[in-house]
Amino acid sequence: MTNRVSEHPSIPRFPRSGAAALGFAPLLPLNLAAGRLATSLARRHPALFERLGEQAGKNFVIDPTDMPFVFRLAPQPQAPRLRAERRGSAGAWDARIAGPLAALIGLVHGAYDGDALFFSRDLVIEGDTAAVLALRNAIDNEELDLVEEGLALFGPFAALAALPASRLATLVGGLAGVALTRRSGGSFA
Amino acid sequence: MTLELVCPAGTPAALRAAIDAGAHAVYCGFNDETNARNFPGLNFSRAEMADAIGYAHRHDAKVLVAINTFPRAGDFALWTRAVDDAAGMQADAVILADLGLLDHAARAHPSLRLHVSVQAAAANADAIGFYARSFGVRRVVLPRVLTVQEIAAINRDIAIETEVFIFGGLCVMAEGRCSLSSYACGNSPNMNGACSPASQVEYREEDGDLVSRLGGFAIHRVKAGAPAPYPTLCKGSFEAGAYRGHVFEDPVSLDAASLIPQLAAAGVTALKIEGRQRSRAYTQAVVRNFRRALDAHAAGRPIAAGELRALTEGQQTTAGAYSKTWR
Repeated sequence: MTNRVSEHPSIPRFPRSGAAALGFAPLLPLNLAAGRLATSLARRHPALFERLGEQAGKNFVIDPTDMPFVFRLAPQPQAPRLRAERRGSAGAWDARIAGPLAALIGLVHGAYDGDALFFSRDLVIEGDTAAVLALRNAIDNEELDLVEEGLALFGPFAALAALPASRLATLVGGLAGVALTRRSGGSFA
Repeated sequence: MTLELVCPAGTPAALRAAIDAGAHAVYCGFNDETNARNFPGLNFSRAEMADAIGYAHRHDAKVLVAINTFPRAGDFALWTRAVDDAAGMQADAVILADLGLLDHAARAHPSLRLHVSVQAAAANADAIGFYARSFGVRRVVLPRVLTVQEIAAINRDIAIETEVFIFGGLCVMAEGRCSLSSYACGNSPNMNGACSPASQVEYREEDGDLVSRLGGFAIHRVKAGAPAPYPTLCKGSFEAGAYRGHVFEDPVSLDAASLIPQLAAAGVTALKIEGRQRSRAYTQAVVRNFRRALDAHAAGRPIAAGELRALTEGQQTTAGAYSKTWR
């Protein structure tokens, strides 16, 4: 005998009005931050890129389906690239991972299980499945905290930026319906 | 006697999550073909495994290293090296399926605890007795084809421990002997360590349907909003005569939480959670849930069951062969 679940997990969607407003915003500031974030990640989390192995040479499109743009990620350890692009202008890619912004952030923070989101159709993957799995596993193992990674961009001024960053994360997280930070962990100490 | 909870870990982070959530033991593998979850970005380097074993021991948990694929002819050293390294790292046990590898482990590391993997498909007392007599094996992981009554009968006739699956993905074939994936993509799950290897899997959205292809063959088409399965042939959807649907088995996962008292009464020593390919979120949720269930059982309290369906393949659960019924 089998038991069927009655509902899929409820993933919050980014408000349409907010997404529409962001559709008119220039991508340059976001791209400057994204580029610096990729470089910082390679410096702070080399194990993430080692775990990717040969899949580090692939091009990924990360598509938050409730936002007006996508992210293009090329995670080569020596010169990682991350940039935002308008959805319609995204060119060729090896792998595409699509889902609500909250689901994608939840995956990074270990709040959601990727397979469960795939089973429930909240997450769509296309293209090179091996590349997608490698990226998912490498990120999951790294126990990233997006706010901590953002603060690291401020270098010696990170401590000064911590309080406003925390408030901004609470505000944006409330809008997106997902925590933008997670409790620290990640070592065998 | 308290049942031992044996939990999966595909990464060091998942291992920590499992132990912090209450796992008594964690099973994991090296990042090569020597284990049956040889997926991209998964598993442990030698240094990570050594660190993981240290972490587990500091938290009174065990690490069981799965070296449970079958060595290729001419390449036996890859597998013996894995056993030797696990022994050198003070692993609490190695989980093996191959007779030659069991022989090597028993001779080279007489103090190393040996478990027979589910991949060996040891499903009767005579086969299990052979492993125990020949190699000093201390535990067998039973295949998922036995009823609770059959497990009790086996336990009456053997002198070693038994471990059974309690939750997770469900193989409908005899583990270690299934070649379905090999037919579609040329790689053997039993020798290369990956059923439906990701490099051979393609998903595509077509008119709102999710189409899964394995080795170029379309094996599943799921309507919009319907639960998606893993891309395995055994859970595929096919036409056979006038019938169109799941020929081998529905996409469904094992959840035998409600059978914990019966499995304990049948003499089982350890309960195993499947899912080394899953995230640390899955590991944490499932381990916490089952540790709570085992603690409830040990205290004589009722066991809450069926709380984890949202995490399962097909979003459906079954008690599998433990409670066989005709349909």
